[in-house]
Amino acid sequence: MTATQAAQPVRHNATSRGRVTPTLMVYLALVVLLVVGSVLVAMRGGVLLDHGGILNILTRSTVLGLVAIGQTMVILTGSLDLSPAYLIGLCSLIAAETMAGDPGMVVPAVLLTVGFAALVGLVNGLVITALKVNAFIATLGVALIIRGYLENTYTGPAGSVPRGFQHLGYDRIGPVPLSTVVMLVIAVAVWWYLTRTKGGYHVYAVGGDAEVARLSGIRTGRTIVMTHVLCSVMAGLAALFLVSRLGSGAPLVGADGGYDLESIAAVVLGGTLLSGGRGGVAGTIGGVLILATLDTVFDDLGVTPFLKDVVRGAVLIVAVALYARSQLARRAR
Amino acid sequence: MTRTQARRTRFAPGTVPVLVVLAVLLVALAFVGTAYQQPAGYLALLKRAAPLMILAIGQYFVIVSGGFDLSVGSLVTAEVVIAARLIDGDDSATGWVILVLLLIGAVVGLVNGVITTRLLVPSFIVTLGMLLVLDGAVFLWTGGAPRGALSDSFRTIGRQGIDGVPVIGQVPWSVVVLAVLVTMAVVFMRGPTGRTLVAVGDNETAVWLGGGRVERLRTLAFVLSGLSAAVAAILLGGFAGVSAQVGDGLEFRVITAVVLGGVVLGGGRGSVVAAMAGALTLESLFSLLNLLGVSGGLESTVQGVIIIAAVAYAAIDWRRKRA
Repeated sequence: MTATQAAQPVRHNATSRGRVTPTLMVYLALVVLLVVGSVLVAMRGGVLLDHGGILNILTRSTVLGLVAIGQTMVILTGSLDLSPAYLIGLCSLIAAETMAGDPGMVVPAVLLTVGFAALVGLVNGLVITALKVNAFIATLGVALIIRGYLENTYTGPAGSVPRGFQHLGYDRIGPVPLSTVVMLVIAVAVWWYLTRTKGGYHVYAVGGDAEVARLSGIRTGRTIVMTHVLCSVMAGLAALFLVSRLGSGAPLVGADGGYDLESIAAVVLGGTLLSGGRGGVAGTIGGVLILATLDTVFDDLGVTPFLKDVVRGAVLIVAVALYARSQLARRAR
Repeated sequence: MTRTQARRTRFAPGTVPVLVVLAVLLVALAFVGTAYQQPAGYLALLKRAAPLMILAIGQYFVIVSGGFDLSVGSLVTAEVVIAARLIDGDDSATGWVILVLLLIGAVVGLVNGVITTRLLVPSFIVTLGMLLVLDGAVFLWTGGAPRGALSDSFRTIGRQGIDGVPVIGQVPWSVVVLAVLVTMAVVFMRGPTGRTLVAVGDNETAVWLGGGRVERLRTLAFVLSGLSAAVAAILLGGFAGVSAQVGDGLEFRVITAVVLGGVVLGGGRGSVVAAMAGALTLESLFSLLNLLGVSGGLESTVQGVIIIAAVAYAAIDWRRKRA
């Protein structure tokens, strides 16, 4: 599945034929990382890509992948979302407390969670477009508001999910977790939307140049609001997966995962420009897989978690520097 | 238009609202808290606010020249942890450790600046990467938790003050440091380099075409931000002691403060005094909420509402002026 995903946008977005696009670079880097990682782990007598290893990488990718898919859309319009982390925490509590262990409440709880997430996305979008607040500030503000509510109201985990709902988090098809399949299906759907529909073109147009897009008759505000709603809904779905694995809602589950900055890192690592208009979901999934593989390799090697952060930071900066360089080379032609 | 404005008020645009809010808060504090009926109460407030205000000066330079510095929070943590490990309770080490801390701050800023300007990586990403690197590196070095201890003379700067001053009693050292830095910042911003820095944030190409050294100026802004984090860390380390959480969330808090002061993200607009006023406003507000018995948990909520309201307010004003 990932192979076709990688190939398609390359063909689609290739502005200069024969050049290495960021998306291709991401997947090449992923392959190199898998090979080097396998060798390193093998030298310590382990196997990176056995059943457990693959499961580990994919499980790690799922939640971050969902948030990053939403973040990709937002960043493509030239906006930014800093609210997913605390939103995930709040959504996990809403879901778990609504279910309260009752199998009959699963559907209402899921609807309520997704609906609430959409509402937060709507607020984000409207603050940015109607109140003309910089996206950084608007979503940071919303994140802080949610954080304050969480810190004031909850002291620890709350609510519980029925056993049936935990299937979502733990069931697998072969070595692939069910939740990863759902994430990848959503990724393909979003990829199709961005590259094959009018709405998707509008996203790229707004990110490329909002003023030109507006003059071309695109409702730029509506596009930005919509991507924020979708991004928050993705955060809501991520919360549902986390709840199904944890069995209850936890206020800091999103913040501890660092899903706000981490998702932005994954998107940018995937070759999407932070200023918008260029990039796509295929690269983002590659970026997420790279981060997850790095984590798994480090765990297998028994390296302290602190070195992970250092490597992550360095990888992020180096990757974006490389993209900027190839961008420059292209412009020079 | 800006010219008539400049004649009408001597303040930079966007400065007046934050000063009004600050004045209201300071008066309100006097009504609510008995400690604020004497100058010492306000001095204590200034002492608490000094680290954030100093960080706001540094962040102002970066934001006004069109960038972000997300690394200051983790830099503060790193500096405090490094100080504790290097000093390890040895009083005689204080002097050179402070110099080392300032150097580290400057180097981190230099790296941020050089990567941003030479490798053309957006500052958001560079400083985010730096945040991760610093967070990881410092605990990699100390093995997971802060080690060692700060010396008494190191902690003096954050804790003690000059005693026996008439009327107000004790003047905290942090307030003295703050006053010196504020003066330096104001003088710097009135000089040619400061003015060009703002111009870089407004229109980089124009400055470049005019012969300005854009890369060097933007790098300088990051270096100053790194230095401000080092100074803030010295004050915070003295004030609050060694902890692995000392800088948590400071990057967002200081950006809130600067934006509250009417400095526009993206650069080119705002004054350094207003940025500091924003930081003091934020701290005064937290003190006031504390006195009113609002729980600490809601602090973030208030911060969130304020930051959105402040920027939305500025945006409304803009549209009216244009019409």
